[in-house]
Amino acid sequence: MLNQSEIMQTIQMIDQQHLDVRTITMGISLLSCAHSDVKIACDKVYDKITRYAENLVATGEAIEKEFGIPIVNKRISVTPIALVAAAADTDNYTPFAQALDRAAKTTGVNFIGGFSALVQKGMTKADRILIDSIPEALSTTDIVCSSVNVGSTKAGIDMDAVALMGRTIKDLAQATADKGGFGCAKLVVFCNAVEDNPFMAGAFHGVGEPEKVINVGVSGPGVVYHALQSVKGQPFDVVAETIKKTAFRITRMGQLVAQEASRRLDTPFGIVDLSLAPTPAVGDSVARILEEMGLEVCGTHGTTAALALLNDAVKKGGVMASSSVGGLSGAFIPVSEDEGMIAAAASGALTLEKLEAMTCVCSVGLDMIAVPGDTTAETLSAIIADEAAIGMVNSKTTAVRIIPAPGCKVGDTVEFGGLLGSAPVQSVRPFSAKEFIARGGRIPAPMQSLKN
Amino acid sequence: MKAIVTVIGKDRVGITAAVCSLLAQHNINILDINQTVLQEYFTMVMLVDTAACKDSIGDMADILDKAGKEQALSIRIQREDIFNAMHRI
Repeated sequence: MLNQSEIMQTIQMIDQQHLDVRTITMGISLLSCAHSDVKIACDKVYDKITRYAENLVATGEAIEKEFGIPIVNKRISVTPIALVAAAADTDNYTPFAQALDRAAKTTGVNFIGGFSALVQKGMTKADRILIDSIPEALSTTDIVCSSVNVGSTKAGIDMDAVALMGRTIKDLAQATADKGGFGCAKLVVFCNAVEDNPFMAGAFHGVGEPEKVINVGVSGPGVVYHALQSVKGQPFDVVAETIKKTAFRITRMGQLVAQEASRRLDTPFGIVDLSLAPTPAVGDSVARILEEMGLEVCGTHGTTAALALLNDAVKKGGVMASSSVGGLSGAFIPVSEDEGMIAAAASGALTLEKLEAMTCVCSVGLDMIAVPGDTTAETLSAIIADEAAIGMVNSKTTAVRIIPAPGCKVGDTVEFGGLLGSAPVQSVRPFSAKEFIARGGRIPAPMQSLKN
Repeated sequence: MKAIVTVIGKDRVGITAAVCSLLAQHNINILDINQTVLQEYFTMVMLVDTAACKDSIGDMADILDKAGKEQALSIRIQREDIFNAMHRI
């Protein structure tokens, strides 16, 4: 039988160290909803989502109660809308976003992702319409998330799309200026986007996925932080071992919840995503884990090495605990959503340049970063291009979720509230990349793509 | 189905009796009990069998939580699977 200390350890993890399942995300294919009439297509989208995800929230809550483990979010990801809407006879896809928003609210989920386009090797007419619709779509809906994949290791980087996304982000920030440019928190620009990511804002249901699927994202930065407190001053081998053991436990719990949800919802189990996802709550921070390794503040020299170790150990620990690992699986470093990152950025220790270096060794990219409202579209595009290049060359996912907060200057703080937290406005380089972005065209795929 | 009941709170007379009689009322059989008092804090872990209980574990979680709050205790019931998953390979 289990002994008392093991049971109390789990109870402490849940009570004091913020152990939770971050999200149960149901992926739903909407390919069957394509129709030339926008109204009919949107009705089909609404009907299919509300039918498939009818019991998602109730099931999540029941599992939460029986296992005594919080499941923070229940979400839905859908087929990239640019594919679903391509057949529709229209030049504005906002009605699709609104249908997603209505369906998500009816089912009671927190977010729905998939107002997306995959344009790494060029844009179709539908992709272009979708991107042009983003500012209106995200400013007239509440819980719809959008993502655009502009590059991949296999295809290179579509620099026309990169230029377009810089302008789109600016427009979206303006369209939601009354909320500090909040709309941009729901838009991710990817390189090497994954098809089974359960985390928002970048979740969508890839075309290689089944009709419907359950993906689960676990979390637990607080648990890892707490475990490291017991190995103060010991060598990195011990640190890595400690993280691995902790990640194993967290992931086993996620796997159990995923299987249970899959069984009850009669939906195939997809993957467990092993990401360490922070929240703005004290004690739930990735930055504090890095600091626990011996850094005075996250962002100082040594941060990249610490993050590399953390990211690798989390994967090694988690991979044996799950029958199928996927999604992004790594440590997230969203600035506004991490109490330690917010403090580090506000103190000036954590700069955009350091964050960029950190994205080379962890799972995502420049995430939830606020920059001054007068940042130009070209500079935003150049930031996206840099991140996409890191992802392309290193065969990993990178993303940019950046908020040019209207009217805000360096040193201001933008409040988003809830899990999205608050972001100190960070400085960008004042020098122009205008001519670089104006070139357009495609950055060819690197040598790494030629594996056959 | 087997479940784990944990009770945490400040020690006083009658905690074990109160929790056990509540479980008995709901036809929950106690298979094993482990309890300690550390620095005035009472911790009890019980392995129970809910096979004869008419309420679901989710409902029992609510009932125990409510009873716990009335007595300034934290009482919870969780399926055993979660602990096995985390501590046994």
